[in-house]
Amino acid sequence: MQTLNCTNKADSSFYSHFKMKISYLLNAAILIIFCCASSSCKRQEEVLTSLQKEDTQIATSAFATNVKMQEIKGGYYKPFYSSDSDALIKVEPFLMDERPVTNAEFLAFVKANPQWKRSAIKRIYADTTYLHNWVSDTALPKNALPNAPVTYVSWFAAKAYATAVGKRLPTLDEWEFVAMADETSINARNKKTYSNNILNLYLIKNRQYNAVKLSTPNYWGIYNMFDLVWEWTDDFNSVLINGESRSGDYNDKNLVCAGSATSATDVLNYAAFMRYGFRSSLKANYTISNLGFRCANSISNKTK
Amino acid sequence: MSNKLIIPCLIVALVFGACTNNSDSSQNSSKQSAADMVAEGKPEVAEITAAPKVPAPIGNRPPKKLIVNLETTEIEAVIADSLKYTFWTFNNTVPGSFIRVREGDEVELHLKNAANSVMPHDIDLHAVNGPGGGAAATFTAPGKESVFTFKAINPGLYVYHCAAAPVPMHIANGMYGLILVEPAGGLKKVDREYYIMQGEFYTKTKSAGLLEFNNDKGNAENPDYVLFNGKKGSLLGANTLEAKVGETIRLFIGNGGPNLTSSFHVIGEIFDNVYVEGGTTVNHNVQTTVIPAGGSAIVEFKVNVPGEYVLVDHSIFRAFNKGAIGKIKVTGDANPKLYKQGGF
Ligand SMILES: [Cu+2]
Repeated sequence: MQTLNCTNKADSSFYSHFKMKISYLLNAAILIIFCCASSSCKRQEEVLTSLQKEDTQIATSAFATNVKMQEIKGGYYKPFYSSDSDALIKVEPFLMDERPVTNAEFLAFVKANPQWKRSAIKRIYADTTYLHNWVSDTALPKNALPNAPVTYVSWFAAKAYATAVGKRLPTLDEWEFVAMADETSINARNKKTYSNNILNLYLIKNRQYNAVKLSTPNYWGIYNMFDLVWEWTDDFNSVLINGESRSGDYNDKNLVCAGSATSATDVLNYAAFMRYGFRSSLKANYTISNLGFRCANSISNKTK
Repeated sequence: MSNKLIIPCLIVALVFGACTNNSDSSQNSSKQSAADMVAEGKPEVAEITAAPKVPAPIGNRPPKKLIVNLETTEIEAVIADSLKYTFWTFNNTVPGSFIRVREGDEVELHLKNAANSVMPHDIDLHAVNGPGGGAAATFTAPGKESVFTFKAINPGLYVYHCAAAPVPMHIANGMYGLILVEPAGGLKKVDREYYIMQGEFYTKTKSAGLLEFNNDKGNAENPDYVLFNGKKGSLLGANTLEAKVGETIRLFIGNGGPNLTSSFHVIGEIFDNVYVEGGTTVNHNVQTTVIPAGGSAIVEFKVNVPGEYVLVDHSIFRAFNKGAIGKIKVTGDANPKLYKQGGF
């Protein structure tokens, strides 16, 4: 296993004080996701216009972070959902932050990019609870640990942060691929202890207030996949388990466990099901008390 | 009117005293007419109650627009003795708040998910005609709120529950309650009404004094607790239900499951009326009534003799070993004509 130290320095020549113009193409992509997520395309034109106007809103300035990235070698994995029970998804090698983005890091991002301050944020990019537990625009919540994961951040904000540090959000497949690992193996799905551990972790409340990296890393050297926060992925709403979680939608996507576990090993599916269920309840501008994110990057990007 | 129609009409008349459409009171036409009833006036916030209380009867009022506020929460509360369990609830109680409406009412249901919830939740009301009983419209992330509107058109007593994935876990953690849809004119007045819901719990020890959900036991349908109103002793001791000799008691009983069918019985009483499965058919002189998981019954009985009457699931190990036991204390004058110690 190779460990890369991918410090993003503010003075690195490529990223130095760049203002990244988001293309209309990306705008359109955001629009589509936003529209689908908001379940109403009535105001499509209105939103498009405002997104075009808001171009500078999503432009971001670089700033320093020193999170270590781990190289994930990639491979094949069987998704929790599948139209074909034998179908495997290929995950290309990529880099992933070893831990979620922290309060301190997000504070630095907001300082460098005042358009993402709580008082400046546009509603289409984050709902009313965006960073709402912060004392002020530039002061973390009372008693919050600087090295606890940031929460109450929208998908737009997470994406903007990732852009600012020259990275991106992991895809759902990348995230789930890493989530298969326990401390000693790439795929621990069939180990009951591993499965039970995840389920137990998910049931703990208020774990988002703990500092990052206090638990044991997994096979890839990645910390905190399950024990602190739910995490945004780039395509969080690509698999929807809707509110009617017992409907034919199961069959549409052939979700492996549906609502009913049939054996002890299905405990794993309970945990995965909870994860997919949570993601399905999200809209891109949602900000939630136990939802944070970490960044990823493609290996080709880093070798440039 | 043919003989075939007379019997259902009589039943409807007996049950609801509302056989007003003399000639065509079949199920379909009464459903149609409830759908056509107009709910007038400004929306009002509905009175909702925690078990064993129920809201005031609807009486003679016309259909209304009602707002029902429910909040899904994940809380630690006492399940038995000094042990706590991590319950998932509607309005912080197991069962969730009792909702009482009449046919023709339009209900705007607000489902809020507490900001400190770990999971998304939703609600499926068996009283609703529509996708998922509302679940399709109420899948709600922590800290968010969903709203959907339905018209109550089928009188009866219905279970509601969370249907978020994984469904068995949400129900096993206590996410269920009852909604009563009264017929036009209301149910016949009685002296006392109580709300009781059975549910079983599958546990493992999480830490000292705290239990949490055990999926393996749930899958094996082997509960540690079978309880009325989500807590051992919820209807015992200081919480014993009360009545006076000569009063008629109506129990709204639901079964949240998630797995077991209840054989509901009151030791020392015979149910004068049972609204079978919470629906329109009324049975009489019933000793034990079956309440399926995800189902209900309304039972009525007049108490004639003072004393303590024990409510049980007559699958009797559940009562004496797993907690499915409660009491009604009846006070008043002895009634030796009906019951006395000793011989003639
Ligand atoms: Cu739920």
